[in-house]
Amino acid sequence: MNNLKDFNLKVNLFGYELKNPVIPASGTFGFGYEFADVYDINCLGSISLKGTTLNERYGNPLPRVAECPVGMLNSIGLQNKGVDKVISEEIEKLKKVYDGKVIANVGGHSVDEYVEVVRRFNACDKVFAIELNISCPNVKGGGMAFGTNPSVAENLVKAVKAVSQKPIMVKLSPNVTSISEMAKAVEGAGADGISLINTLVGMRIDLATRKPILAVGSGGYSGRGVFPVALKMVNDVYKAVSVPVVGMGGITSAREAVEMMMAGATAVMVGTENLVNPYASQQIINDLPTVLDELNVKDINEIIGSVK
Amino acid sequence: MKNQILTVKDNKQISDDVFVMKFEKEENEYKAGQFVELKVDGFTLRRPFGVYDFEKGELSLLYKVVGQGTAKMATMKRGEKIDALTELGNGFNVDKAKKPLLIGGGLGAAPLYYLAKTFKEKGIKAEMLLGARTQSDLVFLNDFKNVADVKVATDDGTSGFKGNVVEALKHYDFDCDFYYACGSLAMLKRVASYSTNGEISMEARMACGFGACMGCSIMTTDGAKRVCKDGPVFYAKEIIFE
Repeated sequence: MNNLKDFNLKVNLFGYELKNPVIPASGTFGFGYEFADVYDINCLGSISLKGTTLNERYGNPLPRVAECPVGMLNSIGLQNKGVDKVISEEIEKLKKVYDGKVIANVGGHSVDEYVEVVRRFNACDKVFAIELNISCPNVKGGGMAFGTNPSVAENLVKAVKAVSQKPIMVKLSPNVTSISEMAKAVEGAGADGISLINTLVGMRIDLATRKPILAVGSGGYSGRGVFPVALKMVNDVYKAVSVPVVGMGGITSAREAVEMMMAGATAVMVGTENLVNPYASQQIINDLPTVLDELNVKDINEIIGSVK
Repeated sequence: MKNQILTVKDNKQISDDVFVMKFEKEENEYKAGQFVELKVDGFTLRRPFGVYDFEKGELSLLYKVVGQGTAKMATMKRGEKIDALTELGNGFNVDKAKKPLLIGGGLGAAPLYYLAKTFKEKGIKAEMLLGARTQSDLVFLNDFKNVADVKVATDDGTSGFKGNVVEALKHYDFDCDFYYACGSLAMLKRVASYSTNGEISMEARMACGFGACMGCSIMTTDGAKRVCKDGPVFYAKEIIFE
């Protein structure tokens, strides 16, 4: 293994320096501290916290996960304790085990809810950026409804930007006709960055009962199988906007992380693989120097958007 | 939690579709009621299995072939390796009972075998009520009889008392001070509505198995809790059945 010190893995996101570009994705890493007894999570570039709403949410009825070939479906439905307890309890626990700053992922059912949650995170120093989740397929009357119509997304981003003291990164849904159009709309509304992709809407049916496996009928597909779809969309968005892009979708290895960065990602998020292999994010970070060495690259910033 | 590569020592078929997979000795400690998650080749998500037995460092899991993952497991031979997350979940609290009653439903009763053995090692012979739809579902009955004082109830009356578990509880009138239940959700709900003086091991489809994804959360009197990490064993009185 190559020495991490011989390579520059640092990247800059909204003026905040990440020691490396690897960030566990929202919804696959709890509030971070859950992984602290698995490995020293201080190796992580940052962490995108579990989606947070104004009030406590239990989420959807069980079953809310299902196996797929090369991936999984989920319909969790934004289970969280509500923003106040997230700040006073969850982030306090995280502070004890993680030195870096993190990304708060904000969900909601209305413009007012998004705005209020973002406003309450203003006072939380541990959070250096907000990831605005307008792409969750698992909440009724919210989530993805904001992320599939450019003018609706635009209005939301403007409203949130008006109150936020932190950079706003908008997490886009792949369930749209033109991801570039969505990206341009949110950039035009003032978004400081864009992350993508959230999950692809999907379903599975139990043959014996002829009922969907997920209690709510359908959910979001993620994991290894979505990687080429995500890569193309990240590249499309990279070409369409000038704000930083954070790429995710099916990344399981350092090679795929590098590929995602070549497509245009300044940083990458690792999602479903954390649930399959709890050490995944750490292993990807440790393997990055080897991949960079093969490519004769000393500074990881050289590869961002370098696809020809 | 540990991430280990386990080696199959034996994969014995005990009925048409039920198997016991035993692994070579490992440096582990298991409480009854804990579980492991196996990464079956070719599948994304791990499969959770409660500890059936743990004897001299050798772990045994009892499983029924219900889908493609367990069908693949059934083909595994001695010497084959499998990636596992081990020592997961909280396990039963055996200090709660001086006169324990173990209540099991169908194959879901599997973890009660190791629990009964744990009590036996403490010098307590547990009483046990095993419920099933029919006699042929009680594939491990003889194993259980070696470690506990077993009474049976079947829905069709082919073995023991004819009726459901709660009717059998009333019929047998066990002399116990605390119960430990494990089985189907419907059975557990009935048991909890009959008495809350016990612990219940819950089951749910899981993605991660170690508390990250919230895929298996249930509602409790203390808010949402994860079956994998906060459980799978809960006090009967704290579970809110849907």
